[in-house]
Amino acid sequence: MKTLIKGGRVIDPANSFDKVADVLIEDGKIAKVAANIKSAADEVIEAEGKIVCPGFIDMHVHLREPGQEAKEDFESGSKAAAAGGYTTVATMPNTNPVVDTAALVRSLQKRAEDAAVVHVEIIGAVTKGQKGEEMAEMGDMTQAGAVAFSDDGHFTKSAKVMLNCYDYLKSFDKVIINHEEEPSLIEEGVMNESHRSAMLGMKGRPTVAEDIAVYRDIALAEYAGARVHVAHISSAAAVDLVRQAKKRGVRVTAEATPQHLTMTDDMVNLFDSSTKVNPPLRCQKDVEAVLEGIKDGTIDCIVTDHSPHAQEEKDREYIYAPSGFPGLETALGCLMTDLVAPGKLDMVTMISKLTAEPAKIFDLNAGSLSVGMPADITVIDPELEWTVDEKKFYTRGSHSPFIGRKFKGKAVKTLVDGKLVMDHGVVLEV
Amino acid sequence: MNKGVIVLDNSKVNLRGKDVLALADFSKEEIQVILESAKEMKNIIHRDIKKVPALRGKSIVTLFYEPSTRTRSSFELAGKYLGADVVNITAGTSSIVKGESLRDTLYTVEAMGVDAIVMRHKAEGAAEYASKVASPVIINAGDGAHAHPSQGLLNLFTVQEHKGHLEGLKYAILGDITHSRVARSDIQGMRKMGVEVHLAGPRTLMPRFLFEEEGIVIHDNVEDAIKDADVINVLRIQLERQKAGLFPSPREYARIYGLNDKRLALAKKDVLVLHPGPMNKGLEISPYVAYGDHSAIQEQVQNGVAVRMAILTHALIGGNKA
Repeated sequence: MKTLIKGGRVIDPANSFDKVADVLIEDGKIAKVAANIKSAADEVIEAEGKIVCPGFIDMHVHLREPGQEAKEDFESGSKAAAAGGYTTVATMPNTNPVVDTAALVRSLQKRAEDAAVVHVEIIGAVTKGQKGEEMAEMGDMTQAGAVAFSDDGHFTKSAKVMLNCYDYLKSFDKVIINHEEEPSLIEEGVMNESHRSAMLGMKGRPTVAEDIAVYRDIALAEYAGARVHVAHISSAAAVDLVRQAKKRGVRVTAEATPQHLTMTDDMVNLFDSSTKVNPPLRCQKDVEAVLEGIKDGTIDCIVTDHSPHAQEEKDREYIYAPSGFPGLETALGCLMTDLVAPGKLDMVTMISKLTAEPAKIFDLNAGSLSVGMPADITVIDPELEWTVDEKKFYTRGSHSPFIGRKFKGKAVKTLVDGKLVMDHGVVLEV
Repeated sequence: MNKGVIVLDNSKVNLRGKDVLALADFSKEEIQVILESAKEMKNIIHRDIKKVPALRGKSIVTLFYEPSTRTRSSFELAGKYLGADVVNITAGTSSIVKGESLRDTLYTVEAMGVDAIVMRHKAEGAAEYASKVASPVIINAGDGAHAHPSQGLLNLFTVQEHKGHLEGLKYAILGDITHSRVARSDIQGMRKMGVEVHLAGPRTLMPRFLFEEEGIVIHDNVEDAIKDADVINVLRIQLERQKAGLFPSPREYARIYGLNDKRLALAKKDVLVLHPGPMNKGLEISPYVAYGDHSAIQEQVQNGVAVRMAILTHALIGGNKA
């Protein structure tokens, strides 16, 4: 089986490739990338005027299995991924039960095989039940194929436990992804602590909670010589802490979300929980610092922190609604419209942060169009104008702050292992 | 005024159907019109027969998710003096304890043909949410630390009644600004009417990013806020705040931040003392001040009924003759 994607602008940051070219796929693998490939293909995809790049990788999503299928499951979540141009997503273990054993990792891998339309990687918990007390069986989970470890949603209170986890995991060369908010400073907080929270009377989650958490985890990782990945960084000072640590040679990496790159707490209103997310939407100076971090390489990748909740959970009083919203189907539109189009971020850097860089950090067999790689490919129409419509979401999540936004730029085809799984917004049945 | 007939002047503003969520949503003119009407309403309270048919045929539900003595009964009496039918729903004795969502409770109340819902809730934004969900007029009777517009209006009314004007007055608010919907409503209302607002209290109870804007001054000691003040509004200090580590002891609070005779002497001779109630006498306010010559605390309660009568009338029938 041969597929030829013809005449698109091929952007493959892993190979520093950016030219109009054809991509030949043979038996699910990349066979050749070159201009005017003459080959009898079974299927030809015309891509003139389109961007052809490695399929996007999102190392921070919540597909909610097991136990929270009212919010999302592997089928709905992976379809949302395909619709957004993602070919690999890594799902977080803050489920019910928490994914903290190899048996659970394996059962989810089996679920992914049966139900998912894109590659789903499993992130295991760092501590049993994500309680921050006893180490989870990370060795066993590594051998079962867990891609990374995280107690996402929680900050490990005990520095000793965190240091032990860093030390222990060094032998397995896996990365810990840390949610960085010092808990005593964010109790009951529902939005950024700022002038806006002061005026609304809402309890705040201050940037300093993130800053000291990031500093502690960098200091511990530096001391242990271990790797740490800072999840959804959102504060200006925290970005600078990562920048300085990288300069010292600390093995720290970081990720940022479209929301923290484009939205401020001015968007928070009293009646709609769509903007409620952790870490919260910050101030303009933080948004600018996160973008600067993306541009100067301090922040390695862009993730969505896709966090769907059931409609009835989000549709309530702001302070009682759960935090998070879906992001897989809106990320590219947001990044292209709000960052690339106005010239704040170049297209190649954006694609690199969605492909090559996460693949490198998490050692994935993905994220490039090198010959022999799995043919995970996204075709983007940079001119396509569309409006975010909740009714067209594949995710079960609702209440996205992007609903109603007019975006320019959208993934129009997603191929996983050479197979077309999404065509012009429609996810094909597998 | 004709006996039993209320005619509101809507030549400038018509508030019919407007949700009363926060004073931030009201213009100076709108506030003035409500204060004017409250004067007429106050006369009704002083009558032997306290009943006018202005809101006859209208129905009002008070929906209270938090305990309240004065606000709830004040709205209830306000509605009843105006001839409306008033039903009270409190969280503890309704299907709310069975886990009914706010949306569904609002739908239920709305389906019964209610014209206005007076709502108290501990979640900031609950009234705003309700206004998006339900079609009856929503009147916010307090949402968490966010807003308490009828309290802000009754404070304005009380001050105006005593001082004859509002513009240029020095208004001090003492105590827990962070957790106070009264303080936020005062700041919004007083600033709109040209009153200068001075805030003082422990820094732990002062929002960190409530930076000084025009007409808002934050002081580190209460004396500076009180000095030459025309009005002092003393906020209730909840004892849980001490347990949460926000001040060392009730004793120290009373000594350093409490309003007593000595501190009161720093204010203008005709200073007016307000307190939204319920008071912790001996903590934020000494009993001598609370019951002294300058105190308008009881009067605030009566004015509360008058102001709420004005709010209900404007929101429900606007400028229409009743």
